Amino acid sequence: MYALDTLRRWIAPLGAFGWLQLDTVRAIVQGKVNPREVCRQIVFIGVNSLGISSLTALFTGMVLALQTAYGLERFGAKHYVGNVAGLAFIRELGPMLTAVVLCGRVGAGIAAEIASMVVTEQVDAMTALGADPVGRLVAPRVIAGIIATPLLVIFANLIGIYGGLAIAVFELNVSAHVYFQSLYYTILIRDILDSLVKSGVFGFIVASVACFQGLRARGGTEGVGRTTTSAVVIGCVWIFVADFFVTKMLLLL
Amino acid sequence: MTTSPLIAFQNVSVQFGKTVIHRDISFTVDESQVVTLLGPSGTGKTVLLKLLIGLLLPTSGSVIVEGKDLSQLNRDEMREMRKEVGMLFQGAALFDSLTVFENIAFPLREYGEKDESVIAAVVEEKLGLVGLSGFAQRFPIQLSGGQRKRVGLARALASSPRVVLFDEPTTGLDPTSRNRIDDLIIQLRDDLGITSIVVTHDMESARRISDRIILLSQGKVIVDAPAPAVWEDAEPVRRFARGEWSE
Repeated sequence: MYALDTLRRWIAPLGAFGWLQLDTVRAIVQGKVNPREVCRQIVFIGVNSLGISSLTALFTGMVLALQTAYGLERFGAKHYVGNVAGLAFIRELGPMLTAVVLCGRVGAGIAAEIASMVVTEQVDAMTALGADPVGRLVAPRVIAGIIATPLLVIFANLIGIYGGLAIAVFELNVSAHVYFQSLYYTILIRDILDSLVKSGVFGFIVASVACFQGLRARGGTEGVGRTTTSAVVIGCVWIFVADFFVTKMLLLL
Repeated sequence: MTTSPLIAFQNVSVQFGKTVIHRDISFTVDESQVVTLLGPSGTGKTVLLKLLIGLLLPTSGSVIVEGKDLSQLNRDEMREMRKEVGMLFQGAALFDSLTVFENIAFPLREYGEKDESVIAAVVEEKLGLVGLSGFAQRFPIQLSGGQRKRVGLARALASSPRVVLFDEPTTGLDPTSRNRIDDLIIQLRDDLGITSIVVTHDMESARRISDRIILLSQGKVIVDAPAPAVWEDAEPVRRFARGEWSE
């Protein structure tokens, strides 16, 4: 009996999450999404996160170049730092780090905003006044997440690569020309496309998990706090899980 | 000739998980009445209001509004029905990011009104009705508790509903604001023929506004009788009003 209850506690939210996504698709198909709200959310998710995601990308790009060179030096292959660090950054670190940063900044913000609306009955009021909260609150954020995250990742990838370049030039005595040439011959268009597809999936996860957790909020301000924490934790876990499966799938294609 | 009631609860039971909120509740509400729901906290009075506006569905039984069983309505029919039922939430539930004007215009726009001059006229009319003309450009944060409730009422009235649900409309208000809300409920009934269902713990307010009292306890209707006689005749109501009711 206890096992059954535990199983139900785990499965029921998954079912509810699935229904929410179906409702989101329905709202989008029925044209219930306000384009201006989507733009506002793209600014919130994308433009306002540019600083923090760039900073993260810069230092990660630098440290990645340092660590890669440290390993390659043992084989006398230091000048391949651009190939290895660039590929790792574009295919993995750029999308992943940006998604984790977004989960902390944007996921928490979305969850807190929607949870506050739930506990102050604004979401109920919205429904009572004839509006569809999924079309008004969830769909614009999910669409914005899917659009804004890949755009952020393009910036993050560029900044990460330039961070690596700075280390290559000033620390490792690898010329900029060699660095970029090694990148040019290693990075394929497909790597960039894979990076963008992965980012879109991560953007969907960040926004949809945050909206779902926000709508499940209960119990006043304490509930808002709990919701915010769970949106970040669950969002990050899903990003890590999805990262493996999406990467595996993209490599099979 | 007998007319069917505007609202009917027929053998309604509500259960959340293992917690039973209502067991087999039945009552009806006629047009242009002010019906007050009394009962200890946690008796599920707000749940009854949420059933009426389709925010919750009963576990069993039927909630009927204007002859339509709400659990049989599809999404679009439910939306249409909500036009006829407005609700003033306990904390007013105004949208923080919108001005008073935008809050009141919200249901009009949702129900397809595109003419901004019509929207402006309705907002002005409803604000005038609740005595807040000139407050249109303020944000909810700039309003007092009583003003927020009056804006909430103006918003609930924007789609010209036949029924308005009030969830503790006078809780936390000063006596002047409370009297103003009470007067508005009476005015809605007398001038516009609006049916009101009021959940309150405010006995003074309940005495002033009610045409009928329903006392709920432990998920059942204990008393359902017309006011003002109920205050003298029904012992459970008298005990509840004196604060001597225990479940």
